[in-house]
Amino acid sequence: MNSQTFKIVAVVVAIAAIAIVVPNTGSFVILLATRALAFAILVMSVDILLGYTGLASLGQAAYLSVGAYATAILATRYHIGLGWDFWLVLLFGAILGAGLAAIFGLLAIRASGVYFLMITLALGQCLWGLAYRWNSLTGGDNGINLRERPKFGVFDLGNELTFFFLVLGVFCASLLAMYTLVRSPFGRSLTGIRERELRMKILGYNTWLHKYIAFIIAGMFGGLSGVLWAHTAGIVSPVNAELPTSVDALLMAVLGGSGTLVGGVIGSFIVFGLREYLSTLVPWWQYALGGVYVLTILYLPTGLMGIPERLRQRRSGLDKQPGAKQLAPAVP
Amino acid sequence: MTTSISLRRFGPLLLSGGIALGLAQVANADELRIGFVAPTTGIYAQIGKDMVDGFQMYLDEHNGELGGAKVKFIVEDEQGKPDTAVTKAKKLALQDKVHMLVGGLLASSGYALAPVSTAEKTLYVVSVPAADDLTQRDLPKYPYLIRTGWSSSQPSHPFGQWACEQGYKKIAAIGADYAFGYEVIGGFQRAFEACGGKIIQKIWPPIGTKDFGPYIPTIKQDADAIFSLMVGPMALQFPKQLAASGNKKPVIGGGTSYDEFVLPSMGDEVIGHVSTLQYSAALDNPKNEAFVKKYRAKYGKVPSYYSETNYTTALMIDEVMKDNKGVFPGAEAFIKQLNAKKFDTLRGPVSIDEMRNPVQNIYIKKVEKKKMFGYDKEELWNTVIKTYPNVSQFGQFKKAEFLATPVYSRDYPPCKFCE
Repeated sequence: MNSQTFKIVAVVVAIAAIAIVVPNTGSFVILLATRALAFAILVMSVDILLGYTGLASLGQAAYLSVGAYATAILATRYHIGLGWDFWLVLLFGAILGAGLAAIFGLLAIRASGVYFLMITLALGQCLWGLAYRWNSLTGGDNGINLRERPKFGVFDLGNELTFFFLVLGVFCASLLAMYTLVRSPFGRSLTGIRERELRMKILGYNTWLHKYIAFIIAGMFGGLSGVLWAHTAGIVSPVNAELPTSVDALLMAVLGGSGTLVGGVIGSFIVFGLREYLSTLVPWWQYALGGVYVLTILYLPTGLMGIPERLRQRRSGLDKQPGAKQLAPAVP
Repeated sequence: MTTSISLRRFGPLLLSGGIALGLAQVANADELRIGFVAPTTGIYAQIGKDMVDGFQMYLDEHNGELGGAKVKFIVEDEQGKPDTAVTKAKKLALQDKVHMLVGGLLASSGYALAPVSTAEKTLYVVSVPAADDLTQRDLPKYPYLIRTGWSSSQPSHPFGQWACEQGYKKIAAIGADYAFGYEVIGGFQRAFEACGGKIIQKIWPPIGTKDFGPYIPTIKQDADAIFSLMVGPMALQFPKQLAASGNKKPVIGGGTSYDEFVLPSMGDEVIGHVSTLQYSAALDNPKNEAFVKKYRAKYGKVPSYYSETNYTTALMIDEVMKDNKGVFPGAEAFIKQLNAKKFDTLRGPVSIDEMRNPVQNIYIKKVEKKKMFGYDKEELWNTVIKTYPNVSQFGQFKKAEFLATPVYSRDYPPCKFCE
């Protein structure tokens, strides 16, 4: 319990640090941080599926794009979501993401492992195809431009700093919600399913339903992150639904450490930092990003968040060795 | 233990914060900072390189100065994605404090960068994205935008007339299924049907199609000619597969189907194919000859229109900056001045219309295998067979009527004669 409290305190301090350091940097860094945080909600939802339920999905970008397109269409065509109704749109995006996941989940959850990966990939591609060809609704490959951000009360989200704090707030709320979920009995069951699904079934758990609900919850957070993403990016296009976006989310979750919600955030910041920031400094940023991925897979399969655990293991492993040497000769 | 965890958590933050603070650059007041957005990585990387090379060549010819101002040329990679284009444009505007943004490649990037120019009140010189509406129905939203390249349907309007003059009565069109394809073919259809022709079929293979097997056999046999709009790898594959299917009909197409970007990789199957654009590397005038020879010597390939349009854009910026004695006059004044000038460029005389799109020569060009510019090998060149001078984005149509109709799309103009 002590290490758990420590982890919570560390996360709170880290978030406070972000809230304090970022506003004092340039507007470009604020922009990147806002992007990374909005995308991090999606990455955390991927982590719920990957790290806690054991389902690796390559189609989560579909939920981000559904939330993003809904926001864009409502804002540009019907002028909804630019005032206090922004919060309604946020809710609507989440519901849309959940709804889509409910439909897709019926197809996907029957599979597992590689097959699940492939089905989610295919479903994601279906959505990409729709976004690309349904020109009258989505604007096709030209996408939809969001020209303005919501203004409500004294808050003008057009101000990058205000928007950054809003996204940080929604991110913290999502993190809290997901944390509560993961620590709840339901969340524990998910971990059990990840470990040994057959055993869970024997114990009487309806594992299909558990996975299905987890899938819907992940879709819900995906839709939520989509609404925020639409406003921070300012343009929604089929790129938001394409395979590389889903792969990004998955890679960020793995990089940061699957099975730890905050790992996704770290992964998100690192990838955005390397891709968008390093790319403006040096031309070999792709090597850096690729190198980070390869090294993580080879040497840190539990991700960056797994480093303390591995250090602890190595240390306790070193402690055991002298004792073993002493025992060996005693055995006849 | 505590230290290492904190370092792991705060490391990235501290690092990025440090970099950001450390990079608070002092902007030199006398230099002209130009932010160039092009895909230098990804599937369009080669096109991005052409774009950068074209602009860079002009800078190198003028000692890195435009109109007397020292140029800080900052190239950012948009990877062919509108999201990334927006991020990079914001970085250029907010952090590097550039005086102008230039470039973008795809229509989607153009549509993404235009609002950024409005939001950041930064000049955006559109050298490549050809999306029609940027300088038509959407223009009022973008007061800081001016185009120096072309609009997708601009070459198609005179081309439709040319097709009528050739005696073609029925044409089957096949083009990449996205906005650029719709606009090029739409413009051609409007012009061709206005002088009595009929578009009897419109086929839309998805962008990136490499196997045209499902499409070629469906081309109507009673068509007099085939109009194709292909981009990138599609432009390479389609003529090969069309020829392999035994096609005997004349083939005409949009500029990107036969642009010098793909032409060197094509074979004899494209000889005789006719296309249209505001530039051809085979333009037989001394300015172009010098340009082609120099570009080829420096970069090892014949310049494509991507290179030319950025070279010409640099020229236009140079002329405006000369008038201002090397001091950037602000975005609005710059646009006014650029708009009012006439330029003598590689592609011929260019002026800018009141909707901030170029008015220029449109060349009808035919692929021929010959020796050109003193090179000793016979190669494929786009020989200019007819020039239509002073073509605006509305072509032979009246501006008010044109704008009253919707933008060209998959279903507009409607295919009245499709059987």
